[in-house]
Amino acid sequence: MEKNHKGFPVTHVIGFIMSLVLTFAALGVAIKTSLPFKTILWIIGSLAVVQAGLQLYMFMHMNEGEDGKSQVINVAYGFFIAVVTVAGSIWVMSFGM
Amino acid sequence: MGINWHDFFIVGNPLILGSQIAIVLTMVGIVAGITYLKKWKWLWREWLTTVDHKRIGIMYILSGVLMFFRGGVDGLLMKAQTSRPEMKFLDAQHYNEIFTTHGVIMILFAAMPLLIGLMNVVVPLQIGARDVAFPQLNALSFWLFFSGAMLFNISFVVGGSPDAGWTAYFPLAGKEFTPGIGNNYYAVALQIAGIGTLMTGINFIVTVLKMRTKGMTLMRMPMFTWTSFIASVIIVASFPIFTVALALMTFDRIFGTHFFTISGGGMDMMWANLFWLWGHPEVYIVVLPAFGMFSEVISTFSRKRLFGYNSMVFSIVGIAFLSMLVWVHHFFTMGAGPGVNSVFSITTMMIAIPTGVKMFNWLFTMRKGRIELTTAMLWALAFIPCFVIGGVTGVMLAMGAADYQYHNTLFLVAHFHYVLIPGVVFAVFAGLYYWWPKMFGHMLNEKIGKIHFWFFTIGFNLTFMPMFFLGLDGAVRRSYTYSAESGYAPLFLLSTIGAVILAIGFGALCYNIYWSARYADRNISNDPWDARTLEWATASPVQFYNFAKLPEVKSIDAFWYMKKHNEGLTLKDEEVEEIHMPSNSGLPFYMGVIFGITGFLLVFEWKLAALVATVGILAGLIIRSFDYNDGFHVHKDEIKKTEKAWRSVNKGVNNHVS
Repeated sequence: MEKNHKGFPVTHVIGFIMSLVLTFAALGVAIKTSLPFKTILWIIGSLAVVQAGLQLYMFMHMNEGEDGKSQVINVAYGFFIAVVTVAGSIWVMSFGM
Repeated sequence: MGINWHDFFIVGNPLILGSQIAIVLTMVGIVAGITYLKKWKWLWREWLTTVDHKRIGIMYILSGVLMFFRGGVDGLLMKAQTSRPEMKFLDAQHYNEIFTTHGVIMILFAAMPLLIGLMNVVVPLQIGARDVAFPQLNALSFWLFFSGAMLFNISFVVGGSPDAGWTAYFPLAGKEFTPGIGNNYYAVALQIAGIGTLMTGINFIVTVLKMRTKGMTLMRMPMFTWTSFIASVIIVASFPIFTVALALMTFDRIFGTHFFTISGGGMDMMWANLFWLWGHPEVYIVVLPAFGMFSEVISTFSRKRLFGYNSMVFSIVGIAFLSMLVWVHHFFTMGAGPGVNSVFSITTMMIAIPTGVKMFNWLFTMRKGRIELTTAMLWALAFIPCFVIGGVTGVMLAMGAADYQYHNTLFLVAHFHYVLIPGVVFAVFAGLYYWWPKMFGHMLNEKIGKIHFWFFTIGFNLTFMPMFFLGLDGAVRRSYTYSAESGYAPLFLLSTIGAVILAIGFGALCYNIYWSARYADRNISNDPWDARTLEWATASPVQFYNFAKLPEVKSIDAFWYMKKHNEGLTLKDEEVEEIHMPSNSGLPFYMGVIFGITGFLLVFEWKLAALVATVGILAGLIIRSFDYNDGFHVHKDEIKKTEKAWRSVNKGVNNHVS
């Protein structure tokens, strides 16, 4: 806790700049390129996931504090369950196409 | 919409009429008995409003045994119907209802409460805690479960039972093909009980993570606590899926949506997909705590530390992880294509690896141990070969291509009974014989216990072994009759005879409970089995605050260490401190009742009335939010008195295995 109040908030600034970069990258891909629709969706979707992860670490201090480790495990496990349930169902119900 | 009043009570079937009369007489008998003995106040104060994890556990176990009886009767009725070709005992509709309720009740209202009950009694004691993390939530879990179970059970006399199988596959379970209200019971009652189970899962995760006593690191926890913890994690991961699936089913059936009807643009197989996304992890939810019980029993009665503790923990975590990745093997025949089916074949077979690790660990625990053949140990010993048969046939079924042959035959039915009965029922029996003195202060009779054991295991094998061969010969499951020309008759008859022997075994358990409650020796020590874990460090039956002084743990098998080093076994007067305990509350009971009423109205599709009843649920939530009761303190004198009562007689007790 003490550490966060002292000095220049480097991680916050890095996180802020990275978020801006990722957001504008997504915007650029969507507006300025003429890639196929599906490719654009995949790119901006991936960028969104990266940014969500970035914000969990940089701004929401997921891995800090006494419960840091268990929070990381919780989020990873939740992510795993969500992916299995949603992506798994779509894959199975579309007969593996 | 709307239900005709003449459909309300099921009439015209002598079996059901008999049950209706029996139910009314039993209820009148219970009310009259309690009034005559003037026990209403006692019942309310000591049991209905309790937040004590041990009492909640005992109530879970009692309900579980009761439901096991109900499900067992269903099983016997099925066996009676199929004992001869072309039997006229049950008609097709009645048979459908009975196999449906048998499945639902055995899994959700017998296996689950028996395991959660033992978890409730034992886990806080094993980690050296005074209660679970959220005692009142725990009571709420129980009453919601109980409410759901009762709602489901009245279905066969009021309105009609669900009849689409315990899996309730669409389109059969939809309004189009099952227009009656039977399946509404399925959707609503399981929803209510499921909420309770989900809360239990959360409660036990927090309890294990936050309430461990000093020195009880994760890797020093007893194996039963580990398995209960991981089972709770799986509950929290998988039950929400079931909640959503049931909610969609409720919308489809009661409010006319089309999530699962193809004609309305829905997907019927999506139900199967969601059901098994929950349903397969559910299998591990019931089997993991059972594995933990076997670990405790085998280690105690081999007089050895559990072999391969670390590999045991990793295999549990591995099973938990893999359990989320195998659900499609329940519907290989949907024909999702070679890619999907191969992936799920492989993940399914992979589960055999951690399970095999556990098998060898149990065998190596017994190797060179001084094995004592108590009843609890006998169950553990019988479990190993029986469960291996279940596991090996499971690997056979895991092969997607071969499954097209086995699917929907009695081979599958035999397989899952060979997994669930040794894996869960044997474990619960072992656990009951083992922990009975902790719960009630007396042992179950070992002699009757062995009669129970032999009848039950022989009956079990005789019932289900023929079903493997019937299935390979092509006998389909859920079929209410067969022709004489099929040649199935001898094996079916053998199976029925086995079921009767099985039932006699269960009768022996019931008699044992009765006999022991009346005649068993009360003068036993707190540690009659010379056991290894912390629950045996305190009195039998356990005093309501569990431990006068919280024990300090220095090794695996903490109590064994304490006995060997003679540490922390005695209590000095000056060590006694006031203990803070939670107060009783009637709110969980009220919530159970109001949920039951709301559910009942919803089942009968009286939507406005159900909406009005939900106000009662909201009222309960609001009252709870403004509840500032912080519990009470137990005075030192009372603690000293209680502790003296069991510690000072220690010399004269029968420290024995009768």
